[in-house]
Amino acid sequence: MAGLALPSWDPETALLIGVILLEAIVLYVGYGGLERLLGPRLMKLLVGGDEHAR
Amino acid sequence: MNMLGSILGTSPELLALFVVFGLVVGVLFGFFGMGGSFLVTPALLMLDYPATVAVGSGMAFVFGTAVIATLKHHDLGQVDYKLGVIMITGTTIGIEAGRASVYYLESLGLAGGVISVAYVVLLGGVGAMVTRDALRGDGGGIDHESADKALSEYEIPAIARTIQQTVRIPPMVTLRGDIRVSAWVITAVAFTTGLLSGFLGVGGGFIRMPAMIYAIGVPVPVAVGTDLFEIVFSGGLGSYLYGQGGGVDLGIVVPLLFGSALGARIGSAATAVVNADGIKIYFGGMLLIGAIAVGVGEIGSYIGNPALELLGLVLVIGAAVVVALAILYTTISSLRMTRREGAAAAD
Repeated sequence: MAGLALPSWDPETALLIGVILLEAIVLYVGYGGLERLLGPRLMKLLVGGDEHAR
Repeated sequence: MNMLGSILGTSPELLALFVVFGLVVGVLFGFFGMGGSFLVTPALLMLDYPATVAVGSGMAFVFGTAVIATLKHHDLGQVDYKLGVIMITGTTIGIEAGRASVYYLESLGLAGGVISVAYVVLLGGVGAMVTRDALRGDGGGIDHESADKALSEYEIPAIARTIQQTVRIPPMVTLRGDIRVSAWVITAVAFTTGLLSGFLGVGGGFIRMPAMIYAIGVPVPVAVGTDLFEIVFSGGLGSYLYGQGGGVDLGIVVPLLFGSALGARIGSAATAVVNADGIKIYFGGMLLIGAIAVGVGEIGSYIGNPALELLGLVLVIGAAVVVALAILYTTISSLRMTRREGAAAAD
């Protein structure tokens, strides 16, 4: 693997990178949904309401 | 390659450690906009992972983090796609040169040592710079208030103006904010930072962002967004190349990303509440402690003393945890104070 190399097609490695890409997108969407769903309740729990936090 | 086996092959304790460490790294990345990957590769080296796995998995983690952050900056209209595409070529060649250097050094049995020394120099240098700026009150990292300004309001730094006027080798390109610059300047910046990324498994944002601002003259928010967009491609390719050599371990990357995606949201939300200047000195201190920790760990590994290696690991993770907790504590305190003041004003 030493020396400059041009990337060759390797389905298993492509799948490996695809899994990371998919996880990133799922986490972005999933945590975004959770933030909208649980964010106000969490703020209420931490500071007693979110009306002054913004 | 058995991907599920790679994740399941990691012990539950190690998986939990990676999730928590990812959470901490994510809070720092979300808050400071840089430095997320600084700590991952050294920590993996201290956990006795081979250098290629530490750097390759660090880079795959950077790739995943960049995907998430780019989606957010795209929504804010802070990505210059033309600049990003031009930079991809230079960065890709730089990353490949850096990666080839790691494999060459590993064939000589020197990779772990040389990378650790490079980290000591890098963490120490950047840490000293951020600490000095914080003490002077100049800040460091992203200026959170500047993100709200219009692009036309940004003043091009004098050094960028000089470069734009003196280096006029065609082709010249026009970027967002009406900046005209030689494509060669962009490629040189991209290659240098790509080399660093490929060698150390970092995103390189802490070098590329200032380079885009001071060498090319890009407005700060566009530099941040474009840097992340560019890391998606360069980091993706770098991860692919390391992955071909067995250097990407999903048992490391998946739990790290799981924690960091949540941490980045928390850190990013904290920027709306906390003045970063007060915390930047801790960030600088954390990088300096990181430099010492890598040095201590490397000495421990060299003389075969496991206690020193463990001390290095505890220092590097401990410093990150302390700064992340400082951010969370300051955020909650600020929110409670704002609420009390609001209640008092209402009375």
